[in-house]
Amino acid sequence: MWGIVRRNAAGAGGLSSQGLGRLRPLVSAVRNYSSAVKEMTVRDALNSALDEEMAADPNVFVMGEEVGEYQGAYKITKGLLDKYGPERVVDTPITEAGFAGIGVGSAYHGLKPVIEFMTFNFSMQAIDHVINSAAKSNYMSAGQINVPIVFRGPNGPAAGVGAQHSQCYGAWYGSVPGLKVLVPYSSEDARGLLKAAIRDPDPVVFLENELLYGESFPVSAEALDSSFCLPIGKAKIEREGKDITITAFSKMVGYALKAAEILEKDGINAEVINLRSIRPLDRATINASVRKTNRLVTVEEGFPQHGIGAEICASVIEDSFGYLDAPVERVAGADVPTPYAANLERMAFPQIEDIVRAAKRACYRSVPMAATA
Amino acid sequence: MKFLPSSSEERVQCFRILDEDGYPISSNMMEHMSKELALKVYRGMVTLNTMDKFLYEAQRQGRLSFSLTSFGEEAINLASAAALSIDDIVLAQYREPGVLLWRGFALQEFANQCFGNNIGHGKGRQMPIHYGSKKLNYVTISSPLATQLPQAVGMAYSLKLDKKDACVVAFFGDGTTSEGDFHAALNFAAVMDAPVVFICRNNGWAISTQVTEQFRSDGVVVKGQAYGISSIRVDGNDALAIYNVVCSAREMAVNEQRPILIEAMTYRVSHHSTSDDSTKYRSKDVIEYWKTMHSPITRLRNWVERKGWWSDKEEFELRIQTMKQVKNAIDEAEKEEMPLLREMFTDVYDDLPSNLMEQETLVRETIQRHPEDFPKDMPL
Repeated sequence: MWGIVRRNAAGAGGLSSQGLGRLRPLVSAVRNYSSAVKEMTVRDALNSALDEEMAADPNVFVMGEEVGEYQGAYKITKGLLDKYGPERVVDTPITEAGFAGIGVGSAYHGLKPVIEFMTFNFSMQAIDHVINSAAKSNYMSAGQINVPIVFRGPNGPAAGVGAQHSQCYGAWYGSVPGLKVLVPYSSEDARGLLKAAIRDPDPVVFLENELLYGESFPVSAEALDSSFCLPIGKAKIEREGKDITITAFSKMVGYALKAAEILEKDGINAEVINLRSIRPLDRATINASVRKTNRLVTVEEGFPQHGIGAEICASVIEDSFGYLDAPVERVAGADVPTPYAANLERMAFPQIEDIVRAAKRACYRSVPMAATA
Repeated sequence: MKFLPSSSEERVQCFRILDEDGYPISSNMMEHMSKELALKVYRGMVTLNTMDKFLYEAQRQGRLSFSLTSFGEEAINLASAAALSIDDIVLAQYREPGVLLWRGFALQEFANQCFGNNIGHGKGRQMPIHYGSKKLNYVTISSPLATQLPQAVGMAYSLKLDKKDACVVAFFGDGTTSEGDFHAALNFAAVMDAPVVFICRNNGWAISTQVTEQFRSDGVVVKGQAYGISSIRVDGNDALAIYNVVCSAREMAVNEQRPILIEAMTYRVSHHSTSDDSTKYRSKDVIEYWKTMHSPITRLRNWVERKGWWSDKEEFELRIQTMKQVKNAIDEAEKEEMPLLREMFTDVYDDLPSNLMEQETLVRETIQRHPEDFPKDMPL
């Protein structure tokens, strides 16, 4: 309901307070609190979530390179050192393997670390600890060692940073039992999911996006409350539709929504699902949507082989085969290490037009493409 | 019962030949650098400094997405390169383009790589300053820190089996010594008797992390000994000292087939990169102090001038000429076309696999069918 109200407001030419004022009576009828809607950047959303969780629980602490004095490489941890001191905001030497392992160790003994990787590309230097020390510990210790740790940082491509700074790790971490993998898009996602991740007793990989940090989104009063939390494993339907389902996560949600606006003009009413969670994957929501629309486009920035789209395809074929009226279209990054040159980089990642064309193909609006490897 | 102390009472001494003003410290010490070599080193330092300035400015002007400079570390860059042979394989971190410059990499080639254009050796694949040249034995820069160190040991092991009169030289910063790969590399180099010269540029900073927050040891030199490696601490801003130390280290590495560690003490006058503003965590005065009072370029200049090998006139000419060349290289690089579409698919594997050939065909068909969806200036 709230989502629909927000969409109408946005459709009315942006979120002016006047526009929302007109809608206020409708909202009050549904909720009991004030519906004053604030705008917040994803950066501030993450920062406020960390701040609130650190205030609420003295066991929560932050560790990583440049998180303290420097206020965070991307300023996500701004102000936390001043507020909570060096014992809870720990600047580390350049040793991903080291501080990931140390974080896990501290979690073994009851602390709740939030470990920042400057980019998940550097998490590869620590991945043994994420997988073998964190993900598998509860199982292997027969429930004696739980690891309430959060690994967070920017994931996927930014702009012009080349192959070693642009890979999406959603599929890799998403395949590991024992981990939870979250992928926020909006500021509300960022707040709700990070708070949930910190409170969760299991290890969570929290994949952010550098280009989204500066983007502003409306946040409801409910979302601003310090007790606010989003459920892990539930996707969000960002835009309801009846002709085709488009799944996306992180930055691609924004692209999918823009593609949906373009498709609307051509009479295709698209439903956009913001996955929010890669593991657990909200198969129920995805399948329910496909059963309604009968067509599916999956969107991701990562490499196509063994990607998120591949898993979604498999799930839909297993659970909703009879409901599909067209083959599933996977839109993914190119099967090459990310090139740096701007023209090549642009070709290496999904653009809004790629999503539009994929949706049209799935709706038989253009010549069907032969399957590519 | 005696515990080894966490550190010895005195810090390890720093080897230097010239004092801060460029006077030889001891008349007993032979200076070991001919006029020809000294001037080549000096010119290289000035060229590096100029190139850095202009590329940094280009980023500030929005013409480049990223740049990283070596201000204050020019002596390490050029004097070490002067002590090596072209057969010695160099694995650098990212603040050592002077080594490539010494070996003959043209200013135009540096600029082409930064702009990611069609004629650059890099085919637009890498971020700026990630240079590489197989011909000049300089392994392409890789972003993750310290990964070049075990790689260096591996390459040295290969050289060892080939019995070549050459060694591997691996550069890295103080921060990098915290990475696990540093420890693996040093340990393996010692155990495998690998001919590697490890050169650490201890410039005091790793983005905003000072060395006091990076490690508690007496710098990096003592870590070499912990692994059974002969190590030396040297004044990184003294070109003569660097040259002599690297010469000796190289000789030991090649003739005795064992690793050597050099810790070159210096100061990072630069911001970490164009993504950093270091005045946020250190004062402008401190930066200015090191830039002016401890400049390795000035120090060497004083020495060569006093020897009668250099003058103000030549300085002026060098500066003007270098500025022109650098500016020209950048302007030319900027004008060049972007890489062709097919460069997106080549070099993923040795041969172009069928799925990528199909993808390329598909992309071209799509561009043809939907030209309105793609930028007009896409080189096909």
